[in-house]
Amino acid sequence: MARLSATARGERFTFRSLAHLLAAASPEKSGDQLAGIGAASALERVAARRVLMDLPLDTFLRETVVPCDGDAVTRLILESHDAGAFVPFASMTVGELRDWLLSPAADAQSLAAAAPGFTPEMIAAVCKLMRNQDLVRVARKAEVVTRFRNTLGRRGTLSTRLQPNHPADDPKGIAVAVLDGLFFGAGDAVIGINPASDNIGNCRDLLIALDDIRARFEIPTQTSVLTHVTNTLDLFEAGAPIDLVFQSIAGTNAANGGFGVTLEVLREAQEAALAADRGTLGRNVMYFETGQGAALSADAHHGVDQQTLEARAYGVARAYDPMIANTVVGFIGPEYLYDGKQIIRAGLEDHFCGKLLGLPMGVDVCYTNHVQADQDDMDTLATLLVEAGVTFLITVPGADDAMLGYQSLGFEDIGYLREVSGRGPAPEFAAWLEGAGLASGGRAALPDPARFLDSLGLVA
Amino acid sequence: MSAGLQERLAALAAMTPSRVRLDAQARPLPMGHLLSFQEDHAAARDAIFTAPDWGALRTALDCPAPLLRSRARDRASYLRRPDLGRRLSHDSAVARTEPRLAVVIADGLSPPAVMANAARLMECLRAQCPESREAPVFLAEQARVALGDEIGEAAGAEMVLMLIGERPGLSVSDSLGAYLTWAPRIGTRDSARNCVSNIHAYGGLSHEAAAARIAWLIEQAFALGATGIALKDTSAAQPSVLGEAQS
Repeated sequence: MARLSATARGERFTFRSLAHLLAAASPEKSGDQLAGIGAASALERVAARRVLMDLPLDTFLRETVVPCDGDAVTRLILESHDAGAFVPFASMTVGELRDWLLSPAADAQSLAAAAPGFTPEMIAAVCKLMRNQDLVRVARKAEVVTRFRNTLGRRGTLSTRLQPNHPADDPKGIAVAVLDGLFFGAGDAVIGINPASDNIGNCRDLLIALDDIRARFEIPTQTSVLTHVTNTLDLFEAGAPIDLVFQSIAGTNAANGGFGVTLEVLREAQEAALAADRGTLGRNVMYFETGQGAALSADAHHGVDQQTLEARAYGVARAYDPMIANTVVGFIGPEYLYDGKQIIRAGLEDHFCGKLLGLPMGVDVCYTNHVQADQDDMDTLATLLVEAGVTFLITVPGADDAMLGYQSLGFEDIGYLREVSGRGPAPEFAAWLEGAGLASGGRAALPDPARFLDSLGLVA
Repeated sequence: MSAGLQERLAALAAMTPSRVRLDAQARPLPMGHLLSFQEDHAAARDAIFTAPDWGALRTALDCPAPLLRSRARDRASYLRRPDLGRRLSHDSAVARTEPRLAVVIADGLSPPAVMANAARLMECLRAQCPESREAPVFLAEQARVALGDEIGEAAGAEMVLMLIGERPGLSVSDSLGAYLTWAPRIGTRDSARNCVSNIHAYGGLSHEAAAARIAWLIEQAFALGATGIALKDTSAAQPSVLGEAQS
């Protein structure tokens, strides 16, 4: 390996490995400091970026940050790398890739063609050289389109997950929260419940309840109950109506082990969902959630910074052609992302890296009460993400998830975002909202709500 | 909108604790809702940063209760470094009395939860559980759940009971959690604890009911010589076995 060193203000900084260099070049994150791998000083951070700027991109094909031996994620990344797609970038440095991404040569078409040629580590590296505005400017050029019962990711759209969680999984309470979201035109990415109980019978009841609402009103969307993938396999056996298979994933083999998943079980679940053949427009059947800090919290980070490991999780996700993927950026706590500034930066990084690696990337714009952040920070991040062309955002009633105990975006926030950006829901869903007389883009009013309540079968 | 529809929507909203508005006109958040949300968030934020009044708690407990500190020197370091909150500060001295049970009362993420609930819970527990009457009580500042392991180990206790302020939610900001750990040692896994959570006065577990569950768990743990996944709860009420510590 070439000597990784640079001078800043007359001080010489040397980095002992690729992982050390990437960590030192990262914007300040409490999680990297907790792991003891963040830059020791602001000057060291800049020196690391100078080294990174001149680092040849193909270094990442010859040197791994997490050794292949024993790590199925590293093997997957290297084995699925498309050498043909990488040809135009083979002689570039990380800094030159940054310049190319900002140039007009990088457009929707060239970015889509390049995605299989980029490894997660390459994209994580270039991300560290980019300011927030660069992350917005480049990500909005990428277009990732997926299909199940509708079409997500088209230019000019902003989709939402409607998250109607209930602390006791009560189907009526959930139906009321679904209605609350539909009034604001939410739910085109997915109507997805985090169950309070992972009991199989309970999850099956929730899947049936969601599918019943979807089918009764012929809503062109997909549903999901976010239980463990092995439970979902059991639920397939039990004949439950499963649209999207959900799983949380991370960027190392050991961290995925902490989640109780392997690449094989994800493949098995994808095949089961494809065999169920419930999508009418396409065959994107997976739903993944990720978040910076997941590997560290599982003590499985291998001395690699949390943003690089997050990009590696996207390397896993894209192997399964997901319908949607999102980072739960502010959920994990202040020991990983300390405040609004760090959450905003991480949200933009995650969206950028996901899009450049070819994922239909969404974000849970959120925070917990022990993080130094509030709704103003969420407004800032959500507004920036919509400008960056985020595929979808998560929305809950009144911005307060009463089951998981954290704050996300509220349905009315989508009304705001659609109004200022002019973006609308997925085309099929927009047409359905129009037909149902429901809030089109969170603006129009429902002409006869009483009739709608009757047809929903909601009798108080 | 008709009065009948208003009533129906209000009845539907009562079916979920979520902040649904069921606004068919999809209007922006009304000012009153915005301020209610901000008030709830403010209460949660203030709870995290309120300093505990250990003197008042010691008086209420009516027993000697030495104050121990973790290695997290202040709230900011506590929030950033959970590892420091799990270890005793270097100048802490714990008397090795080898009790059957040691009790640690810790601020956690909500000092007001400790002030509101700990003394009364201990009173109820002492009425039901003989071991708790003999147990030395320690107060712990800037503490995570696992700090109880080091304290229990230093005291030579067979078992440690940690009462700790839970992460404030929007609806309740002073809820107490109780964690029971057999053979406490530094590095004990969370799956080796039993947890009784949501102890508070706003529809949570009452002090009496929580004390009954904890007393039952203590008795079973002594009989079994274990806590955590090995101690399946078969009492009428079901305290949850802990997967992941909350604080």
